Amino acid sequence: MGKKLLIHNDRVPGIHTLDVYRAHGGYASVEKALKSMTPDQVTEEVKKSGLRGRGGAGFPTGMKWSFLAKPEGVPRYLVCNADESEPGTFKDRYLMEKIPHALIEGMITSSYALGANQSYIYIRGEYFYVARILETAIAEAYAAGWLGKNILGTNYSLELSVQVGGGAYICGEETALLESLEGKRGNPRIKPPFPAVAGLWGCPTVVNNVETIAAVCPIVMMGGEEYAKIGVGKSTGTKLISASGHINKPGVYEIELGLPVEEFIYSEEYCGGIRNGKKMKAVVAGGSSVPILPTELILKTAKGEPRLMTYESLADGGFQTGTMLGSGGFIVMDEDTSIVKNLFTFTRFYHHESCGQCSPCREGTGWMEKILKKILDGKGTLADVDLLWDIQSKIEGKTICPLGEAAAWPVAAALRHFKHEFEAYVKNPSSIKDVKHYYRLNNLVEA
Amino acid sequence: MPKVTIDGIEIEVPKGTTILQAARMIGPEVAPPTMCYYSKLKTSGGYCRTCIVKVTKGSAQNPNPMPKPVASCRTEVMDGMEVQNVTSPEILEARKGVVEFLLINHPLDCPVCDQAGECSLQDLGYEHGAAKTRYEFKRREFERIDIGKYVQLHMTRCILCYRCVKTAEQITDNRVHGVIHRGDAGEISTYIEKAIDNEFSGNVIDVCPVGALTDKTFRFKQRVWFTKPVEAHRKCTTKSATGQTCSGKVRLWYKGEDILRVTARKDQWGEVEEFICNDCRFEHKKTSDWTIEGPSPVNRHSVISQNHYNHLNELKVEVMKHQKALGFININKRP
Repeated sequence: MGKKLLIHNDRVPGIHTLDVYRAHGGYASVEKALKSMTPDQVTEEVKKSGLRGRGGAGFPTGMKWSFLAKPEGVPRYLVCNADESEPGTFKDRYLMEKIPHALIEGMITSSYALGANQSYIYIRGEYFYVARILETAIAEAYAAGWLGKNILGTNYSLELSVQVGGGAYICGEETALLESLEGKRGNPRIKPPFPAVAGLWGCPTVVNNVETIAAVCPIVMMGGEEYAKIGVGKSTGTKLISASGHINKPGVYEIELGLPVEEFIYSEEYCGGIRNGKKMKAVVAGGSSVPILPTELILKTAKGEPRLMTYESLADGGFQTGTMLGSGGFIVMDEDTSIVKNLFTFTRFYHHESCGQCSPCREGTGWMEKILKKILDGKGTLADVDLLWDIQSKIEGKTICPLGEAAAWPVAAALRHFKHEFEAYVKNPSSIKDVKHYYRLNNLVEA
Repeated sequence: MPKVTIDGIEIEVPKGTTILQAARMIGPEVAPPTMCYYSKLKTSGGYCRTCIVKVTKGSAQNPNPMPKPVASCRTEVMDGMEVQNVTSPEILEARKGVVEFLLINHPLDCPVCDQAGECSLQDLGYEHGAAKTRYEFKRREFERIDIGKYVQLHMTRCILCYRCVKTAEQITDNRVHGVIHRGDAGEISTYIEKAIDNEFSGNVIDVCPVGALTDKTFRFKQRVWFTKPVEAHRKCTTKSATGQTCSGKVRLWYKGEDILRVTARKDQWGEVEEFICNDCRFEHKKTSDWTIEGPSPVNRHSVISQNHYNHLNELKVEVMKHQKALGFININKRP
């Protein structure tokens, strides 16, 4: 049984209310930080903990905080990125829905560390009911004096607001999120300047994922060094994994980083194996944008070592034979899955969500979708398969924000590991099964 | 002042200069092409990705190369930076990809497009594009929209460079158009069919790199290469609410004795030198309205320099004199 730090109380009745949350040790980190620590000490603990951003990129949080510019007389902001839109990822929703005060507690402690007196939670539009839960919890926290002026009688004050997004994947990109929060069209900004220097309304801003902010509470309580003992190497602490797909027990699991992938998929404690006794075919380990890996490469690295649920182990072998931990959206596919259909679904998503600012992503994502549709319609050629590879290579790394990569990587990985499936569809269109049913599910028409 | 090396040529530039500006200072041989960047418009650039370059050395302090190609128009030079543009096969290949992306949803009907002959995308495609398209699906299409008395918008040709949006925002006091929808469904549009109506609105035509925004008083009157550009000026006092003044310095496009069109003057990089007002542009089409300065400098390779001058050699001398006076360099050496 692994250690749980974030959602250990998720089954306690009434844990979404302040009283129950407090009775189970809630808001202790705020008390500890505000009464006995300086903001720099909190940052120092986070640095020592080795905590890395849980939104996908895995950037060390303590380092991100220390980059925050602190000019005199300029407000600083902490913005929580709750725009969880990566297909296959639903961990933040679970956390906010079940234990909203865990995020609010983390926001207060983190804002104190950063010296922010106004913080925001930017939540995706589709999570409107979660936003209501958060707003209720924030009202409770204000009433009990955890938010507002002079928290716990100290001279630290914090205002916390929830902002609901309009429903765009791109607003999960931090600079697009800031644009949207400012009330503008959610287009990513060109970096530099980075938000740590000029973020929200041109002021220094830190943008962190929900899970990252929630993890600050246990770090303050147990101390950074103690937290760093959990996990393997530079992947410290626990991580929420949203497991979905053809497994017996889909859901959100908190794991200690370093758990073997095989154990995560097959043990009864976690996913419980592949459903209906089928064999596993492939896994997308960290949300739809990370490269897909076939069974032999997800269980073992190319060197033959068992693959672990850590940032390093999953990335072992680069993109040739590895993938990324990403946001922890763990999608398992069984032997009956069509990789081509799966890729079409992903590509269609990225085409729909491209903001359209820069040309490679705007035009390339739509082009790839059209080619995949052509292949599924049974009209593809071998040249189309090569063209797909060429298009993705011309999108990757050429765009303003990482959405270009997010759209290109799944295509590249599917072609790298499953090219034979594309070729089989092209050479023998009668092998494309159930495509009408698939189109109906997706509101598409056959060409 | 920081020193930067672009394609092996070192140049010292003022602090805050972008890689693109530094490359332009060296000359057109190493200057990356641009489709969305416009030196006269703040925050323009970064979108089209045609100007991407490879930074092989970040700076003297931090000599690591940058991991990805960068948009040269939005990246400031650092002291000791080393940049590859035309010397990097990788970049040329990537640029070819960008041109292809820009063209897949652009109609390839230049023979019936009013912009042909002075179109940045045409030039870009000619220099960096492939001979054949690999795109075989339906292209994006829109209806033509009249936005005001003088300007017509044909979104089908638009490459979403945002230049017209920034022009309206920065030189007029009331921007009524912008980009609506997202991704490849995005389009330039006015707020519910509103007209773009202010004294500097005509400049959106000049900044448009393609034939998406065209002059209604000139549309389909004449192919540009049958008209003759001449520099002229008049005294003009138009001032916008944001303080933008009209320079009164224009380029007249003659066919025989008639002025068919008035535009702002464009420099070597295809950018407007000084913005002009609608009064000069649309309402003064008689020779007697203007003080003629002489023939406009035209790139020898441009289709516009074809056909209409009888004594080409005389003209060349004239043009070069003119270029010298205006401070142009190397215009005839442009590849």
